[in-house]
Amino acid sequence: MNQDPDNLAWRIGGPQGGGINRIARLFARACASLGAEVICRREYHSNIMGRHSYNDVLMASSPLSCHRESTDVLVSFDAETLCRHAQSVTASGMILYSDHDADIQLDQLPYLDERLRDHISARLSSKRLPPSTQGLLQMVGQRGVTAIGVPYQRLLSEIGEELGLPKKRVSATLNMLAVAISAALLKMSEPQLLNAMETTFVDKAEIIRMNRQVVVNAYQYVLEHLEQPSVSMPSNRSSGRRLLLNATQSVALGKLAAGMGFQSYYPISPATDESTYLEAHAEIRLTNGDAVGPLVLQVEDELAAINMASGAALTGARCATATSGPGFSLMAEGLGWAGMNEVPLVVTLYQRGGPSTGMPTRTDQADLLFALHAGHGEFPRIVLASGDVASCFNDAAQAFDYAERYQMPVIHMLDKALTSTLQTVPVFQMPNRRIERGELGAAHAQGIERFALTPSGLSPRPLLGQVAGQHWSTGVEHSEQGQVTEDPVLRERMMEKRAQKLALAAAEIPLSEQFEVLGDERAAFTVFTWGSNKGAVLDAIRRLSTAGIRARLVQLRLLWPFPTEAVRQLLETAAPSVIIECSYSAQLDLLFQQQIGAGCDHQVVKYSGRPISGEALVAALQSIQAGEAESRIVLRNPYE
Amino acid sequence: MKHDTIKASLSFKNYRSDYANDWCAGCGDHGILRALQKALADLGLARDQTAVFGGIGCSGKTPYYLNTCGIHTLHGRVLSFAAGAKLANPALNVIAVGGDGDGLSIGGGHFVNSGRRNLDMLYIMFNNGVYGLTKGQPAPTLRIGERTKSMAHSNIQGYVNPVALALVSGYTWIGRGYAYDVPALSVLISAAMRHPGMAFLDVLQPCPKYNDLHTKDWYAGKLYSLQEDGYQALISADTDVAMIQQVYNQAMARAQECEERIAVGVFLHDVSRPDFQTQLQAMQSAYGDSTPCRQPVTDANGRSMVDISPLLEELKVR
Ligand SMILES: Cc1ncc(C[n+]2csc(CCOP(=O)(O)OP(=O)(O)O)c2C)c(N)n1
Ligand code: SF4
Ligand SMILES: [Mg+2]
Repeated sequence: MNQDPDNLAWRIGGPQGGGINRIARLFARACASLGAEVICRREYHSNIMGRHSYNDVLMASSPLSCHRESTDVLVSFDAETLCRHAQSVTASGMILYSDHDADIQLDQLPYLDERLRDHISARLSSKRLPPSTQGLLQMVGQRGVTAIGVPYQRLLSEIGEELGLPKKRVSATLNMLAVAISAALLKMSEPQLLNAMETTFVDKAEIIRMNRQVVVNAYQYVLEHLEQPSVSMPSNRSSGRRLLLNATQSVALGKLAAGMGFQSYYPISPATDESTYLEAHAEIRLTNGDAVGPLVLQVEDELAAINMASGAALTGARCATATSGPGFSLMAEGLGWAGMNEVPLVVTLYQRGGPSTGMPTRTDQADLLFALHAGHGEFPRIVLASGDVASCFNDAAQAFDYAERYQMPVIHMLDKALTSTLQTVPVFQMPNRRIERGELGAAHAQGIERFALTPSGLSPRPLLGQVAGQHWSTGVEHSEQGQVTEDPVLRERMMEKRAQKLALAAAEIPLSEQFEVLGDERAAFTVFTWGSNKGAVLDAIRRLSTAGIRARLVQLRLLWPFPTEAVRQLLETAAPSVIIECSYSAQLDLLFQQQIGAGCDHQVVKYSGRPISGEALVAALQSIQAGEAESRIVLRNPYE
Repeated sequence: MKHDTIKASLSFKNYRSDYANDWCAGCGDHGILRALQKALADLGLARDQTAVFGGIGCSGKTPYYLNTCGIHTLHGRVLSFAAGAKLANPALNVIAVGGDGDGLSIGGGHFVNSGRRNLDMLYIMFNNGVYGLTKGQPAPTLRIGERTKSMAHSNIQGYVNPVALALVSGYTWIGRGYAYDVPALSVLISAAMRHPGMAFLDVLQPCPKYNDLHTKDWYAGKLYSLQEDGYQALISADTDVAMIQQVYNQAMARAQECEERIAVGVFLHDVSRPDFQTQLQAMQSAYGDSTPCRQPVTDANGRSMVDISPLLEELKVR
């Protein structure tokens, strides 16, 4: 493992609740202000205090699509971080650790998983090294990694003295101290770091005062005591206005841009952040200056969340709910009601590790087939999935257009890896297309038939409260007027009418909105994937191209109605074909088999709850290309 | 209820739909339906501005028989759908109706939380002691030890008193009526609709088909009117704490009478608490003028009218 020539990976780890995520964002912001493109990954436990979490900041001078599993810099101030990540540091990389952690026995770390402890101990013992951090540091030192023990506690005491504050008070700045030392070693300009720090802690004068001192002392310490490391920050600067945001923010902005009027939700990782962002930014303005704002409401459970959103949609508001696996399971019945009543409703589904409570804060793509089928009976729905932070904006907005045009629920899928990806992206432009509101508020000339049978399947959509818009809706099979019927012929017509709308969607939605072909479009070597793996595949294709291997990526966006014919053609010209998924059963491949009658030649899957990286994928793709691979490859990394 | 609704001068017959009614003859539901039609006519509510949501059960079919907007929802979820519509269009007159199984068993969570929210709408529970539509299983309103005709054994699960539960859940208007006393019931419905907050009306509804215990004869002579008994249900903005406590204590005591004497009428009429939408508007001022259903989405060219640039500004790399 060596540093990639064109990027630098920086990692910070520490106990949950210690501000790791915030400090990593601060560092990312500083890098971005310096002109670097960044992409940041966040891994954390479902826990409030104490368990291990870590963040990666990968920076480069050109846009990045994927994190790395290895890192060039590891910033640690607890022994557990050292144990978990020392092995992932590249040979030319460096580790900053607390001098107090120089010799800690592995069995003294309560949160270090037994499996990992045994794994590291075995490696150490094979090299005749002791089962301690000391052994570990020696082992990585043998690979060329520079490990620097920093006297954090002494530095904190000095900072406390200079500020006239007790050390206990300043010890909360430990993570800032560690970050500042790494920044100084990487020759990040001190004012840039201070600037990012002040933006992060805006309105908190006392914290800013302490952290200023911390940064000054850290730079001084590096200048006086440490040597310049061999790793360095990318030098070229990006220009142009960029945003630094994550996918939940991107989705929220898309919903606002689409004029969403109502969102109900029940808190659940990793979906909550979107709703809380919306709550905090619900007062917005129209281009004419009027103040508006969607109503974003936390309700008693996911049953209420989806059904309230449906009820609200009957009035003509653009409505959504956002949830994750367990909540989506509860929503299944409500989804069917929306399908039966042809309610335009957007469900943003943030996948996490399942089943049951599963791994609430880890990634998974195992809800694909569930999203396609959730709910009893047969009803049409649209399922689309976003592949990167930037596209979430447009996808979230367009979901409402699909929902209103085809009068059916739309499930917009993300996965946890995407959700927690923080990235620099070009500033969003408002979607340059007409907003589609379908038959909203339309009434038939001779009385309103909410479920009128039409060739397209689309019926007029009177609203609750619309003048002269009186009508009935019902989850029971119904007549055109929305009253109960069990007549076999009318039942058939209603089933056909609802199905017809899906056929219409399949015919109308342009291919460019159904999937993307990226990489080398003419290459036969074809990788099919969906969701956040997009970034990993693009990264892998870029790495392959330097080895002279050409490949293309087919990134599926519209998963239902499935672009059967187009994918069949792509699959027929693919040699070899590979599916990449974060699920055990490779659900997209199963869908290919259902729709096309054939799947891919190879499956590359990962189901550890951690995302796939381009770095890991490239080896798998190389072996496939060389004809040396098994048909199924499972990607694994014991240290993530 | 909002008073600015377009008034229509209609008789109760205008609120009757022509959809064939399939409730059993003699069912208390017929009385509730008539009382509703009469109350809607008395209030002069516009049919296109009034939405009646039904749960699932015999009771849940009510919306089909009313000539207003009608929404037949899911078992236990009627309050959620109704609340969504009310929140998105506060000008709408919203009534939710459903069975005692619907509201206290499968929908118990929504029952409690709807009280907490105090939205300006009415919830009518058809309290027949059984699950009518699934053929007579015990509902949570059936007392322990009771056995109606289609039960194989006596009921060994306890009983939930809907009025008592409404009291502790935060409903601000709570009443109880009797399905066979249509005039009194329609007066209660009108009063509940006029209340600016979440109203709950428990309707004792004989089910002649499956509940052979709580029949017309059983109720005969047991019911008495709270208001005729001098009971005071009002809590206004200037009611002092001791008095508020007294009203709640009294209401709880009267709610619990359910054998020899059963109270009907208004248990609680609390106008001291702001309703949900008033609070919402205080928190999010745009909500008043730009309720979700009226939020402008597109300009004349079909382009988004929302200006997200201040939010983008916040996220810009500097
Ligand atoms: C989720 C779900 N579970 C079960 C049912 C079956 N079901 C229909 S009506 C009903 C009970 C109705 O009882 P109640 O709510 O008291 O209404 P009533 O018929 O007595 O008016 C049940 C259990 C259903 N429709 N949906
Ligand atoms: S079963 Fe009971 S509640 Fe249902 S319609 Fe018949 S009498 Fe009424
Ligand atoms: Mg019942």
